[in-house]
Amino acid sequence: MSAHPADAAIPHTVEPHPVTGLPNGKFGIWLFLASEVMLFGALFSSYVLIRTQAPHWPPEGGLSSEILNVPLATLNTAVLITSSITMVLAWASCKLGRIDRFRLWMGSTIALSFVFLIIKYFEYTDKFHHEHFPKTNNFYAIYFTLTGLHGLHVIGGIVVNTFLLTIGTRLWKIDRDHFTNRVENAGLYWHFVDLVWIFLFPSLYLL
Amino acid sequence: MAETADHSSPEAFKKHLGQYYVVFVALLCLTAVTVGVSYLHLQRPIAIAVALVIATVKAALVAGVFMHLISEKKVIYAVLILTAAFFLLVLLLPSLTIFEGVAV
Repeated sequence: MSAHPADAAIPHTVEPHPVTGLPNGKFGIWLFLASEVMLFGALFSSYVLIRTQAPHWPPEGGLSSEILNVPLATLNTAVLITSSITMVLAWASCKLGRIDRFRLWMGSTIALSFVFLIIKYFEYTDKFHHEHFPKTNNFYAIYFTLTGLHGLHVIGGIVVNTFLLTIGTRLWKIDRDHFTNRVENAGLYWHFVDLVWIFLFPSLYLL
Repeated sequence: MAETADHSSPEAFKKHLGQYYVVFVALLCLTAVTVGVSYLHLQRPIAIAVALVIATVKAALVAGVFMHLISEKKVIYAVLILTAAFFLLVLLLPSLTIFEGVAV
């Protein structure tokens, strides 16, 4: 390990911690993801409760798939899945010592994240245009809360990934393994965001 | 090396890359299947079961391969088992309190 000043302040950025067998960052991100499961889990539980108690779902009649835009959401699912593989390839490029490829794949991941948000923007504005807001009924309250919180997570991922692609890349020159671990941790978070959408998509749009 | 063992040589690691592409294609196919099934308008309990099974398989692929959960340290499994237990509790808690009111 190189003598980078940060190593003195934050131990086990590369070497596994003797207790966990993992670098601290990776263990930390998994604990964070565990808390995220509870955050989305509580909202998902509320959704199940509200829906099972409702005489009709959606309250205005019809089917969720007729009210929400399934083709756009399907496209967004494909976009997010693609961004997951570009993310894992960005990390793999670091492992293989190819920072040029890392830039390509990480840039693609960020671009796809924006595509996801743009599609979401069109979905939202269409709903607003038809006077459908979170306050309209429980269906829209749940839809906007869950997809909105997920969207905020996408924005969070863009911030972290953009950092890694720009000024964060400086660490590559100082400590490659440390940088690679950071990319892996950002990847774990990003795959989790994909994973949440994998459940949101069928439960909100298709069922 | 800090990470889990299975990519010590570049050759072994490149073999890993193939897996990512396979999972990627599988995820896209499963997305198509879940959307396709929704157009069949199956009975609600069956539709819910099919959609959740497909989503769980997709989630397992993402977590297992992209997040390397297949070959992870024990401490992470322990954290996730604990999380899964509390997640189920959160999911079931409302049903336990108002069980009589839930329309099955």
